[in-house]
Amino acid sequence: MATLKAIRKRIGSIRNTQQITKAMKMVSAAKLRRAQEAVLAARPYAEKMAALLQNLSARVAAEAHPLLTAREEKKVLLLLLTADRGLCGGYNSNLIRAAEGFLRSQRGEKEIQLAVVGRKGVDYFRRRKVEMAERYINIGSRPAEELAAELAEKLIARFLQGECDAVYMLYSRFRSALSQVPTMEKLVPVAAEKDEGEGQATEYLYEPGLEALLSSLLPKVVEVGIYRALLEASASEHGARMTAMDSATSNAAEMISTLTLQMNRARQASITKELLEVVSTAEALK
Amino acid sequence: MADKIRLRLVTPSRLLLDEEVDEATGPGALGEFGVLPKHISFLTLLEAGEMSYKQGTDQHRLAISGGYAEVLDDVMTVLANAAEYADEIDVERAGDARDRAEKRIAELDHEDKEFAAAEAALRRALVRLQVAGKEARK
Repeated sequence: MATLKAIRKRIGSIRNTQQITKAMKMVSAAKLRRAQEAVLAARPYAEKMAALLQNLSARVAAEAHPLLTAREEKKVLLLLLTADRGLCGGYNSNLIRAAEGFLRSQRGEKEIQLAVVGRKGVDYFRRRKVEMAERYINIGSRPAEELAAELAEKLIARFLQGECDAVYMLYSRFRSALSQVPTMEKLVPVAAEKDEGEGQATEYLYEPGLEALLSSLLPKVVEVGIYRALLEASASEHGARMTAMDSATSNAAEMISTLTLQMNRARQASITKELLEVVSTAEALK
Repeated sequence: MADKIRLRLVTPSRLLLDEEVDEATGPGALGEFGVLPKHISFLTLLEAGEMSYKQGTDQHRLAISGGYAEVLDDVMTVLANAAEYADEIDVERAGDARDRAEKRIAELDHEDKEFAAAEAALRRALVRLQVAGKEARK
């Protein structure tokens, strides 16, 4: 049986850990709320953008702009959004597992390039010596708009230069603090569902012209898609961390109560032992 | 109601407006345009500039910095990169931004990649100042 002193020390250290996990949980809860607000605030813009794209693609042939044209997918780029930090339950490992699954399912048929955002994902693939086309770490330190703009520009350049035939994005969709779902979306070429029913769609008047509009709008669509995904990913990360830290805190509480019981037993045992010794010594002196 | 248009104004960070208005004007790529009810289907790029709309006798002004506008069946949707109501504009900040951009433009070469960015920043700052100024005189 562990000595009294050892148990006391252990309780102390668990209590320290519990304080840390509790603090982290509270910080995550505050960050989650902010991230959630950002997701909600960005939604109308993304929806209107999608509606605009749909209206437009009902009137425009797919060949009107390279970003609309689907090619045979021989080379595919996967954009994976992970977090910079750990201690958030299965958040990163779920995403990485989904990415690995995608890589496996396509192996042999297509050439796959990886673009990884977030230190956890970058570290994982670097350890396994998997080559990454793009990598970004320290994502929390800069605004999501800026990162989204840079990513969109780089990925679109790759697509237009023929280095890849399609870009997929894997990120964590935020459902609730308890549930985050790794989600795959096709980013490039820009695909809008065509509404075949609306045959008599009236032609738009374009300013300054269809081509100029498309060249400006389509990259923006990609950018907004990445921006939204970054916001969802950040809300997911904080949600996952909050849940993980909550269960860590209650686990610590449970361990403390078990150890306290053990400690009391050990103390009792040592008192009994000492008493016995005193009594038997007194007995022997008679 | 056919004699009104529905104006929806969104930016990536918020929904700014979703209301019935009588008329609206915006800074199109080929110059300023106005929209009245029964406008033709219309899709345009927006420059940085002043946008305004009228509800009855009330006129509202906003500074927007580029984006897209769509008019379809008396619904006008504006997707702005950024937009502020005239009374929300931080004049001091816009003034600082103008000075910074002017300094950069003076330092940079015309060929420079950053030149265009600085110029765009200057235009945005000027628009903000102009819109805020008009509002103040009202």
